[in-house]
Amino acid sequence: MTTTPLYVTATDGQRLAVYTEGRTDAPTLLLVHGYPDNATVWDALAEELSDTYRIVRYDVRGAGRSTAPEQRSGYLVDQLGEDLITVADAVSPDRPVHVVGHDWGSIQSWHAVTEPAYAERLASFTAVSGPNLDHAGHWLQKAPDGVRNVLRQFVRSSYIGFFSTPGVPEAAWLSGIGGLVLSGLERIGGGPHERARRSTRDHLNGLELYRANMLHRFTRPVERRTSVPVQALAPTHDAFMIDQVQSDAGRWVEDFRFHRFQGGHWSVRSRPGPVAARIRAFVDEIESGAPRPRRALTAQQARRHGGAFAGQLAVVTGAGSGIGRAVSFELAERGTRVIAVDIDEDAASRTAHLCGHLTPGSDFRKADVGDSETMEKLAAWVRSEHGVPDLVVNNAGIGVAGPFLETGEKDWDRVVRVNLWGVINGCRAFAPMLVEAGGGGRIVNTASAAAFIPSRVFGPYATTKAAVLMLSRTLRGELADRGVSVTAVCPGLINTGIIDNAHLSGMGKESAAKKRINRLYRLRGYTPEKAAVRIVNAVENDPEIVPVTAEAHLGLALSRFAPKALSRGARVSPPL
Amino acid sequence: MSHTNVTAGTLPPGDLSGFRELQQLAHEAVETVAEGLEPGVTEREAARRIREHLTERGVQDWFHTPFAWFGDRTAFRRFRTPLQFFPTDRRLEEDMPFILDCAPVRDGFVADIGYSGYLGDNPLHDQLMDDLYAHRQLILDQVRAGDTLQDVYRGVDGLLREQGYDNRHQVYPGRVIAHQVGKVRSRLPRAIVAGFGIRSLQTLFGDLVVERLHNRSPLWADGEISAHPATPGMWAVEPHLGFRDMGVKFEEILVVTEDDAFWLDDDLPHVRRWERRAPTAAGTTQETR
Repeated sequence: MTTTPLYVTATDGQRLAVYTEGRTDAPTLLLVHGYPDNATVWDALAEELSDTYRIVRYDVRGAGRSTAPEQRSGYLVDQLGEDLITVADAVSPDRPVHVVGHDWGSIQSWHAVTEPAYAERLASFTAVSGPNLDHAGHWLQKAPDGVRNVLRQFVRSSYIGFFSTPGVPEAAWLSGIGGLVLSGLERIGGGPHERARRSTRDHLNGLELYRANMLHRFTRPVERRTSVPVQALAPTHDAFMIDQVQSDAGRWVEDFRFHRFQGGHWSVRSRPGPVAARIRAFVDEIESGAPRPRRALTAQQARRHGGAFAGQLAVVTGAGSGIGRAVSFELAERGTRVIAVDIDEDAASRTAHLCGHLTPGSDFRKADVGDSETMEKLAAWVRSEHGVPDLVVNNAGIGVAGPFLETGEKDWDRVVRVNLWGVINGCRAFAPMLVEAGGGGRIVNTASAAAFIPSRVFGPYATTKAAVLMLSRTLRGELADRGVSVTAVCPGLINTGIIDNAHLSGMGKESAAKKRINRLYRLRGYTPEKAAVRIVNAVENDPEIVPVTAEAHLGLALSRFAPKALSRGARVSPPL
Repeated sequence: MSHTNVTAGTLPPGDLSGFRELQQLAHEAVETVAEGLEPGVTEREAARRIREHLTERGVQDWFHTPFAWFGDRTAFRRFRTPLQFFPTDRRLEEDMPFILDCAPVRDGFVADIGYSGYLGDNPLHDQLMDDLYAHRQLILDQVRAGDTLQDVYRGVDGLLREQGYDNRHQVYPGRVIAHQVGKVRSRLPRAIVAGFGIRSLQTLFGDLVVERLHNRSPLWADGEISAHPATPGMWAVEPHLGFRDMGVKFEEILVVTEDDAFWLDDDLPHVRRWERRAPTAAGTTQETR
């Protein structure tokens, strides 16, 4: 960072210290720091990006070398948004700037971005660990992601109450106790710990940010929308924020993308790689002038979902029918580009085509998940054509039923190959990529309620699904500190047509038993669409296991609390 | 009662032209109303316009009163009671899909038609409409081949699943994809009960009783009672595809004779549309089969 700043005078007379570096002819990135930081928080990120872009950062009023207002009203978020535009006008009067904000820097940038008058000055906005206060206010009041998540956020926001009490936080900072706590919080999320260069002034003045704005915005939020493209980047181990309070902004933004990366609240300082990569991709896409994705959603659909999956890339295997297809549609409706994979190429193409109506940019590929080489090739192709996926759904599976004594080697081979090796291959092909890209991704494996409900009826099938469940749980443990979450889905009886395609050992292809089982599935009446909604809603919270239907929930509970009952049930031969 | 007519086989040609004319008139009514729909208009208002258009042209009674569904109501999502079919105060918005459905009775002739459209721009709706073409073909082929109604129903189910859609005609009372219609001859007064004309209901119930004696049904669904080839007569067929928040259907009369079946009229808005878009429609059908 150049040590001698240029001073820009704000509309109320405060003087803001502005630092410029990087290529002079390139698009301008305007970096806005948070609390209790100053412009040096961006050192590592600026180093990563200065060979491609012009980097401009400034000390927010009250911090670093900028002057501090005397009155609390000098810290109102409206004024902070005005400051951002004042700086943008000074450094790049002819060309809109790409804003990147962290923490409070993100909060004030959000405010500027959602001010219609400023829209033409801003080319894009990348928000790291900081929501729009009005959006957050709505989110807290309406709880679209559930009361549980609101409570989780309350725990993480408890410091706001502390900062709002007069005198005490000042004492904490001046005594050094606050510094110790902060240093501990900075270590959450792992990674190398870089000492921050902050002054006492940064700590003290910035408290006014909380006192001037929080209460008002949270209790009386207004509607703030924007046509500026926004990507929100959320660290997986943010001590102060859960995903949803950031991703819910999707409701208010025309072109919204949400990505996660492994790290803590300040990992942008110590490990800027993943954030830099996302900024590059985003800024280059906007600068290329390529038509931005337009989503064909009804107003109702748009209102229904936040942005937890918006702008993401998902690979779904077995996407040609059943749950895989329904999950693809559900994701596409929520703004995800879907790569539909199926052994039936026409079916995969059809899924991708319809997904493309909901979110443009979907694609398809024919692949036999049981073949490891094919899956490696698929992964390489996805990476080169579409980038690293945010979500991989290993869903492809087949049904095989019948007594063990009548199940031949061929049947075993087939069901193990598709159901178990399919998932192994999918995880092997994509997990390293997700880790390498900086974490934040998700792997979802379709197991089955049969994984924990033994029955003499579907031995081979249940065996493979139990293996998938354990594979998911172990992989989840392994990847937890790499920021990749693994979830196993256990559906239960979903009317997908799996029985039509199932092989019933010793019963032939067309049989009365099949007809009766089909009838049972039809009467159960749980559609793949309904299952997909549940699955995608659940995956947002990264659970270990998602039981879908009531029988799956019951089976899971019994397997834990009354395993004997299930063992007895395994002997029952249903009248098929 | 009308069932004699319906079950007795070949219909006199004079009768057919009466049905054809009324079906044309009904389509003309919904097309005219559809063209005039503006943002902000309610379902009730749209239904009222259809009713007005038809009564001005000699329609005296209804098999059922006109329906209008806007937006996600075209897909019948979260419909739990039949009352939810009736027009509401939902307002039409730009790019929103809609379905208009009416069943007028004139001089004893009955028509029952459905028309899907949208305001502004909606490529997804075009896609669904294109894909509906294959269903009209499939129904005709399977009925001609003498398949049971249950099998035709399941054939439609299979095709729409393959296309990536879900079956929305199962939301209609009785899960019906079609029902029989015939000439209304009744001495009951013209009255509407719960949206249905009582004279037409009398005809339908008469058919229900008589057909039940033959172990058949004038309602065409996927249950065991439909496990018989189409009964000669006239069937108002209404396959209804759903995708996410959108539903698309057509409804028109299929004539079934002792040894053949044909659509009463091919000069209808949706058929003309497919003909105009023939390359696309044919292409999509290829892709999905």
